Amino acid sequence: MTRVSEQTAPITPPARSRRGALRIDEVSKIYDPDGAAVSAVDRCSLRVEAGEICMIVGPSGCGKTTLLQAIAGFHPISSGTITLDDEVLCSTDKPLAKPGSDRVVVFQNGALFPWKTNLENVAFGPLVQGTLTKRAALEKARGMMAGAGLTEVEHNYPSEVSSGTRRRVEIVRALMNDPKVLLMDEPYRALDALTRRVMHGALLELYYRQPVTMFFITHDLEEAVYLGHKIIVMTTRPCRPKQTIPVTLEHPRTPEVVTSARFLALLRETRAAVDEEALKAFQDGEKEG
Amino acid sequence: MPVDRQAIRATRRAAISIVLFVALWELGARSHSWLVLPTFAPVREALGMLGFRSERLPWIGAIPAPSNVASAWLTMLHDAAYWRSWGESSLRVLFGFGTALLLGIPVGLVLAMSRTAFGVGFPVLELLRPIPPLAWVPAAIIFWPTQELSIAFVTFLGAFYTIVINVIGGAKAIDPRYLQMAEALGASRWNVFRRIVLPAALPSIVVGAVVGMGITWEVVVAAEMISGGSTQAGEAAGGGLGFLIWSSYVGGSYEQIVIGMISIGIAGLVSSALLRKLGALLTPWERLR
Repeated sequence: MTRVSEQTAPITPPARSRRGALRIDEVSKIYDPDGAAVSAVDRCSLRVEAGEICMIVGPSGCGKTTLLQAIAGFHPISSGTITLDDEVLCSTDKPLAKPGSDRVVVFQNGALFPWKTNLENVAFGPLVQGTLTKRAALEKARGMMAGAGLTEVEHNYPSEVSSGTRRRVEIVRALMNDPKVLLMDEPYRALDALTRRVMHGALLELYYRQPVTMFFITHDLEEAVYLGHKIIVMTTRPCRPKQTIPVTLEHPRTPEVVTSARFLALLRETRAAVDEEALKAFQDGEKEG
Repeated sequence: MPVDRQAIRATRRAAISIVLFVALWELGARSHSWLVLPTFAPVREALGMLGFRSERLPWIGAIPAPSNVASAWLTMLHDAAYWRSWGESSLRVLFGFGTALLLGIPVGLVLAMSRTAFGVGFPVLELLRPIPPLAWVPAAIIFWPTQELSIAFVTFLGAFYTIVINVIGGAKAIDPRYLQMAEALGASRWNVFRRIVLPAALPSIVVGAVVGMGITWEVVVAAEMISGGSTQAGEAAGGGLGFLIWSSYVGGSYEQIVIGMISIGIAGLVSSALLRKLGALLTPWERLR
C-alpha cells in the first residue's frame, strides 16, 4: 500500500493523506515587550498540502518557531488567519489557537515526561482525553511501539534510553493521537550526525505507514532536502517566505539518494537561498550590536 | 562486583572513623587521670597560662567518658521511662511533621500554580517564615489549650515552611514544555495537576521533607526543654527526650545528658534515612539521573 506511487508520480508521497492541509494567510506577529514593537513575522502566507512534509528553513531567530507556536496554540498571533483543513485555528479576532491533539509538537530537546515510562508516555494522549480506557490505550501504545521497533524500551524511563530513542518514542507518542499535522521544532538538532541519519530513516518509515502532514523547522539543509516534499526558505526578521523549493526526489527515499546529482543540485539551490538571508541576518546583528 | 567492594570500603571507613572518634573522646574525657603524670607538665603549664584549670583538658575533659555513658545506657535500656521519652518525642515529631506535610504540600502547590494565591499568600509566608519556631513557644502556650498541642504546633512550624518553600520551588521549576505538551495532548486542568505538576514537584517535595524532618527533631527537643518540664495544674503533658536531657542536667546526671543527645542523633538519622528510602520508592525515575 505504501509504495504504489513510486513510478507514477515521483513528487507525491505514497498513499498521501487527505487531511492536514495547513493554510497560513497574512499572519503577522509583533512582540511589544517594552514599547519598542518588534516585528517577528510580517504578513506571512504559506500553504502546506495534506500529507506533505514541508521543511521550513531560515536564519536563527527569524520567527519560524513563533509561527509554529502560533499553530500549536502556545502563543497568540497579532493578525492574519491560520487554517487547518476547514477549521480556523486562530485569526485576528481570536489570536490564540486552542492547543489540541490534532497538532502535536515535537520539541528540540524532547518533552517526554521523565516520571512516566516510555509506554506510559505514548499512551498519555488517549488516556487523558478519555478516548480509550487505560487498558486499550496501553494496548494501542504497545502496538505502535512494536511497529516502530521500540518494544524493548517500553518499560524504561526516558532517561534510561539514548537521546535518539527518546526522539523516536516522542514521535510515536505524537502519532498515537492520529494528529492532522506534526509540528517539528528542530527535533534532531541536538543529535550527532550519525544518529540523525538513523532518525531520518525511522521517521520516513513511520511516515510511509502513517503519512501525516509535517511542518518541520530545521537548520540542517541536508535534512531538509532528504525529508521534505518542499522546502520553504524564510527571510530574516521579519519572517516571510522568500522562496519555495519543490524537492523533486522520489519517495520512498533511500540513503543512496544523498549522493545523486539531483540531491546535490537541490542542496546547492537551498543553500544559496539560505546563505543570502543568513548573511543579511548577520549584518543586521552587527548593526544592532 | 565493584559496587559491593565499594560498599564494603565505605562501611570500613565509617567503622574506623566512629571507633577513632570514640577512642579520642574516651582519652579526652579521662584527661584528669593522665594529665597529672609528670610527662605532661608542659601541657599543664600551657593550660594554666591560657587561663584554664590545669588538672584536665578544657571542654572535652568535662564530658563523661563514653565507657561511662555506655554502662549508664545499658542500665537505662531496662528503664521504661527512657523508652517512654522516645515514644513521646517520636509521636510529637510524627504528628507535627505529618501535619506539616498534609498542609504544606497543598499550600505550596496552590501558591505555585495560582498567581493570585501567590500574590496574596507569599508575602505573609515570607513575613512569618523567618520567625524561629522557638520564638512561638510562649504564644503557642497561650493560645493552645494543652501543653501537648503547644509543642505539636511548634514542631509543625519547624517543618512546615521548609516543605512549602520546596514545593513551590519544585512546582515552579517545571519545564513549560511539559505543561504545553500535556495541554496539547488533551489533559484537563486536573490531569495536568495530577499527572504533571505533582510528579514533577515530587523530588523537591522529598528533599523538603527530609530537611523538614531534621528541623522537626531540633524543634521538638527544644520545645520539650522549655515547656515540657513544668507540669503545672496537674497536667500530664511533658516528658520526651528533650525533657530527659534537661532533667538530667538539673539532676546532675551528665551521662544521661549524653545518652539523651545521642538518642536524638539516632532518631534523626533513622527518620531521615527512612524518608529518603520512601522518597526513592516514590520517584523511581530519579535514581537514573
